[in-house]
Amino acid sequence: MTVGLNHFLVIGAVLFVLGIYAMLSRRNVIAVLMGVELILNAANINFIAFSRYGGVNINGQMAAIFVIVIAAGEAAVALAIVLNIYKNFKSVNPSEVDSLRD
Amino acid sequence: MLSFLIIIFNQKRLQTKAHLVGLPILGTALVLALYICYSKLSGIPETLNWTTKWIGFGNVPGVGEWNLMTGIMIDNLTAIMLVVVTLISFLVHLFSSVYMKGDIRYSRYYAYLGIFTFSMLGIVIGNNLFALYIFWELVGFSSYSLISHWYEKPGPQQASKKAFIVNRVGDVGMWTGLMLVFGTFHTFNFSDIFAAIQKGLPPTFSLLGMSPEVTLTAVGVLIFCGAVGKSAQFPLHVWLPDAMEGPTPVSALIHAATMVAAGVYLVCRIFPMLTGDAMLVIAMIGGITSFIAATTALTQNDIKKVLAYSTVSQLGYMIMALGVGAFSAGFFHLTTHAMFKACLFLGSGSVIHAMHHSLHHLHDHHTDPQDMRNMGGLLKKMPITGYTFIIATLAISGIPLMSGFMSKDEILAGTTAYSSLQGGIAAVLPYVGFGVAMMTAFYMWRLVFMTFFGKPKNEKIYEHIHESPKAMVIPLIILAGLSFWIWYGANPIDPANGWFMKTWAATPVQIVPKNTAAHFGEHHATFESSKTEEHAAIKESKPEMMAQQEALEHKTHEVAGNGMIISIFMALTGIALAWFMYLKNTTLPDKIAKTFAPLYKFSLNKWYFDELYEFAFVGSFMLFARMCSWFDTNIVDGIVNGVGKSTVLVSKIGGWIDKYIVDGLVNLTAGITQLIGLAFRSVQTGKIQTYLAWTLTGVVIVFAAIAWKLL
Repeated sequence: MTVGLNHFLVIGAVLFVLGIYAMLSRRNVIAVLMGVELILNAANINFIAFSRYGGVNINGQMAAIFVIVIAAGEAAVALAIVLNIYKNFKSVNPSEVDSLRD
Repeated sequence: MLSFLIIIFNQKRLQTKAHLVGLPILGTALVLALYICYSKLSGIPETLNWTTKWIGFGNVPGVGEWNLMTGIMIDNLTAIMLVVVTLISFLVHLFSSVYMKGDIRYSRYYAYLGIFTFSMLGIVIGNNLFALYIFWELVGFSSYSLISHWYEKPGPQQASKKAFIVNRVGDVGMWTGLMLVFGTFHTFNFSDIFAAIQKGLPPTFSLLGMSPEVTLTAVGVLIFCGAVGKSAQFPLHVWLPDAMEGPTPVSALIHAATMVAAGVYLVCRIFPMLTGDAMLVIAMIGGITSFIAATTALTQNDIKKVLAYSTVSQLGYMIMALGVGAFSAGFFHLTTHAMFKACLFLGSGSVIHAMHHSLHHLHDHHTDPQDMRNMGGLLKKMPITGYTFIIATLAISGIPLMSGFMSKDEILAGTTAYSSLQGGIAAVLPYVGFGVAMMTAFYMWRLVFMTFFGKPKNEKIYEHIHESPKAMVIPLIILAGLSFWIWYGANPIDPANGWFMKTWAATPVQIVPKNTAAHFGEHHATFESSKTEEHAAIKESKPEMMAQQEALEHKTHEVAGNGMIISIFMALTGIALAWFMYLKNTTLPDKIAKTFAPLYKFSLNKWYFDELYEFAFVGSFMLFARMCSWFDTNIVDGIVNGVGKSTVLVSKIGGWIDKYIVDGLVNLTAGITQLIGLAFRSVQTGKIQTYLAWTLTGVVIVFAAIAWKLL
C-alpha cells in the first residue's frame, strides 16, 4: 500500500479534531494552547501534503514555514496572556474566566 | 369756593384720623355754608350757575355733538340745604365723639360720616340730574355702610341689606325717568330741561306710545320713585325703621335730618316740571305714608322706632305738601323738621347712652336699653337732655311759638286749600293731615311721658343714670334753640309772611304745558279771571300757571286761620290724651289695647308690611330662587354631570384600550424581545470554550450547507 494524499489528509483531519477536542475539553489554558498548536500543525500537514501531491511549486511549504513562525509568536503572546490571567484570576481554568459575559 | 368744599371732604375721606380731623373740617364747611347762605339770601338774587365740561363724548350717534356737562348751581334752596346739612353733620360729629368712644371702628365711622356729608352736599349743589344721581347713589352707599356699622350683629346686617335693596327699587324708577328726560332733551341740566319743556314738548317725547303730556306725568312720577325710596315713602317705607339698627347719631344725621330729606329735595328740584296728575299722585302717596306711619308709631315701644315712624310720617307730610303745590311749606317743613328731629334723635341717643352705661354698670346685658318700658322719670337725672327733648317734641307736635307749628300749619293750610280747589279724591288729604297731626302729638308725648316723666320703671337702672357729657348736650341745646320760631320768621303765628317762606323759599313757577297742569279754576268761583284766561286758550301757559298758583296761595291764606286753630286743637288733644293715658291713668293703655286688640296688633306689627313683603316679594323671590336652584341642580348640573360622566366613561374606555391594547402591543414586543434575549442569554456564558464550540457548530453547519448544495 502506497502512502497517498488521502493518508496525509486523514492524519491532518485527525490532528485537527484532536486539537478541537483539546481546546473544548481541557481544564487548563496551557492544554488549550496545545490544542491550538495541534490545529495549526494539522493545517501544516495539509499544506505540505497538497504541496507534495498538488502542483509543482513550493507555496505550500512556504506557507507551512510561515505558519510555524506565526505559531511561535502566537505561543509567546498566548503564554504571556496566560500568565496575566493567572495573575488576575489565580486560576488557569478557562471556564472560571468568564468576565467576557455581560 | 365750592370745589374747595368738595376737595376738603375728599381729603377727609382719605385720612381717617377720627373726629380730630372731621370736626375742624366740618366746622370750616359750616362757616363756608353759612357765608354762602348769607350772601345768597341777602345779596345775590339770581341763581349762581357754573358749568364745566365733564366728559366729551364727541359725536354720539343719533344725538350729534354732545358733551356731558356738570356744574354747580346755587339758589336759595341749595343755600339753605347747605346750612342744614353742614350744621347737623357738624353737631352729629361732635355728638359722636362721645357716643362712639371706644368703638372698634371709630375712625371708619368718621370716614363714612365724612363721605356721607360730602355726597349729600354733592346732591345739593349739583346743577344737573346726572350729578345728582351719582351723589344720590353715594349717599345710599354711605347710608348702607353706616347702618351696618356693627356688622357682627345680625340685625344691622339685615337692616342695611334691606335699606340698600329697597332704595334700589326706587332708583330704578328714577333712572328710567332720567333716561326718558335725557332721551328727549339731550341734557341733564335742570334749567335746560325746564327751558326745553317750556318751549313745548316734542312729539317724540313718548313712553310706550303715550302722548307727550302723559309721558311728562309718567316722568314726574318715575323720578318721584327715587324720592319714594330715599325718603321712605309708602310703599317703600319699610327700610327706615329697620335702619335704626345703626348707631343713633347716624340715625339722627341720615335717617332723620338729611338723607331722607334728599328725596324731598329732589321733588323740590323737579317741582317746576311736575304735571297736575303727577302732583296728585305725589300728594296721595305722601298722605298715605304719613297716615300709616303715624298709626304705627302709636304702639311702638322702642324709643328709636317711634322716632323712625314719626320721621316717615313727617316725610309723608312734606311730600304731601309738595304734591299739593305748597312748595314753600314743604321745604320749610324739611328744614324745621331736620332741626327738631335731629334734636330728638340725638336726645334719644343721649338717653340710650345713659341707659347703656347704667346697664353696663349693673352687668345687665339682657335688658334692651332702647325700650321705653324700662325708662321713666329721667327728667330729674338728665335735665338738659330732658328739656331739649321736650322743646323738640313741642315743635314736632305743632305748639305755637315753635318752628314745627309754623311749617306744619302751612302744610295743613295748603292741603286744605288744594283739596277744596281740586276736589275728588284729594278731599281726604286735609283729614289725613289733621288726623296725623293729632296722632303725632299723641305718640310723641307718649314717648316723652314714658321716658322722662312718671315713676322710674326700674329703680336699679334709674339710680345709675347720669347726664351725658358736654359734647353730647351742646348739640342738643343748639338744635333745641333752632326749634324756636324766631329763626324762620318774626311773627310766630303768621309763617307765610315770615322771611323763610316769603323770600327764602318762594315757590318756583311751574312750566308744564297748561293742559297737564292742575285745574283749580273750574272748582273755585273766585277765580273767574283764570278761568276766562283758560277758555281764551292762550298759547303761553306761563301766566295761567302763575294764576293757578296764585289761586292756591290765596286760598291757603284764606284757610290758614281756621286751619291753625284746628291744628292747635288737634295737637293739644293729642297731648292731653297722651298725658291722660300714660301719666294719669296708666292702666288705660292696656285696657284699650285689649279692647281693640286686632287694631293694636295691626299697628304694633307695622301694618304687617314686612310680612306682606316677605310673602309677596321675598317669598316669591325665594320661590323663584329655589326654582332656579332646582333647575340649576337638576338640569344644568345634570347636564354638566352627564357630560362629566360620559367623559369619564369615554376616558375609561380609552384607558382600557390603552392599557390592554396599546400597552399590550408594547409589552408583547418587549416580551418577545425579552424572550429572545433570554434565549440568547444562556449562550453568552463568557466562557471561551463555549463560544468556540458554538463557532465550530456554526462552521460545521455552514460547511454542511455548502456541501449539501454542492451535492
